[in-house]
Amino acid sequence: MAFWSQTFTIAAKDLRAELRSKEAINASFSFSLTILLLFSFAFVEEATIDIAGGLLWIVFAFAGALILNRSFARELPNDCLDALIAAPLPASALFLGKALANLLLLLAVEAVSFPVFGVFYNARWTGQFWTLALVAVLGTWGFTVIGTMFSALTVNLRLREVMLPLLVYPVMIPCLMAAMKLTGHLIGGEPLDAEMMVWMRFLIGFDVIFTALALALVDVVLVS
Amino acid sequence: MRNKLVYILGALVAVLFVRNLYVILNVLPDEANQGAMYRIMFFHIPSWWTAGLALTVAGVTSGLYLATGKMKYDAISVSVTEVAVAFLCIGMTTGMIWARIIWGIWWTWDARLTSALICVLLYGGYLILRNGIEDPTSRARISAAFNIFAFVDVPIVWYSIRWWRTQHPQPMSLPPEMWSALLWNWLALILLMIIFIKMRLRQEEMRREVDGLRRLAHAI
Repeated sequence: MAFWSQTFTIAAKDLRAELRSKEAINASFSFSLTILLLFSFAFVEEATIDIAGGLLWIVFAFAGALILNRSFARELPNDCLDALIAAPLPASALFLGKALANLLLLLAVEAVSFPVFGVFYNARWTGQFWTLALVAVLGTWGFTVIGTMFSALTVNLRLREVMLPLLVYPVMIPCLMAAMKLTGHLIGGEPLDAEMMVWMRFLIGFDVIFTALALALVDVVLVS
Repeated sequence: MRNKLVYILGALVAVLFVRNLYVILNVLPDEANQGAMYRIMFFHIPSWWTAGLALTVAGVTSGLYLATGKMKYDAISVSVTEVAVAFLCIGMTTGMIWARIIWGIWWTWDARLTSALICVLLYGGYLILRNGIEDPTSRARISAAFNIFAFVDVPIVWYSIRWWRTQHPQPMSLPPEMWSALLWNWLALILLMIIFIKMRLRQEEMRREVDGLRRLAHAI
């Protein structure tokens, strides 16, 4: 029980810090709007709904990198990271807390991006709302678990901002693919069929594997 | 002693390549549909196998480094991964040359090609990551953790992309003489890989020695 309360303490601390400074979330919001705008020049309007899944997840992946970059980098001034590592809580609780906070922040960005996408591109996207929400949560969790882990890996590097996307994107390609397929299908308003259920299971499997791997390796990574 | 082994292996590889090239170019007949072009397969397929072998070794030694903390394993991981990336590039280049002649295109987003490209990106990222970290211990620790992530990711990428689409020629049944040419050339490439790894390992050891001396000089 102590583990979960420690996890939620870390998550609450991160969310509070972010909501007070708003340094990552504001950048992420405006960045995702900018990309959504830029896509209108890249594609003709009629074709957009067909590629909506891919388009939206590219937005989330790019905007998410901004949030993930700050996740551990925020702790660098005043040596907060050393204090956190020295604190009497397991590294896995620290990691999971940060991942949860990142998940909520990214979901907030997505909650804005979906309606904006619908308005900009005249798309009716709410046909399968709850399934879509589930896909968003699962896809984002895969992304945040890998992203938070690599954010911890790269926190002490000089080229942190450059390295993170370079490492995260190739690893999360399977997760992105599944999320893109499912989102594209669900935005079209069709329920999940057998083929899509395979992708759904795949996405869940990806989340489970990488969550387990990250929890197993986090003790090694978070040693300062 | 170590250099002698490299020279002996090198001579062996040279002889093997001459023998293999003779068999591939002169002994084996043209393939019915592809003509002479199919011969590139004798380098293309074994370089993938070699890269796969090397990356498996790198995944295992990265795990061993995290378990034991011995720098030896880190040196092996980086040497093996670097050589593997070279073989991945050989596999990709030969594949693209083949595709240009047979399919008429340099590149297509077929399952295997896409997975191959992702592998190059993953392990290229590993090598770039290593360059960015100065402290040897944290470099070893962080890159070992990343290597394990990449290693777990490769089969997942492989299966996911296969579900997505496929155009690559499926593994076919080969006549026994072609199989033997393929395996002989694989042997040559494996030996070549061992030579590269040995040379790279030596560089890594020397680098560690220079680092140690530099630190000593600073201390004085």
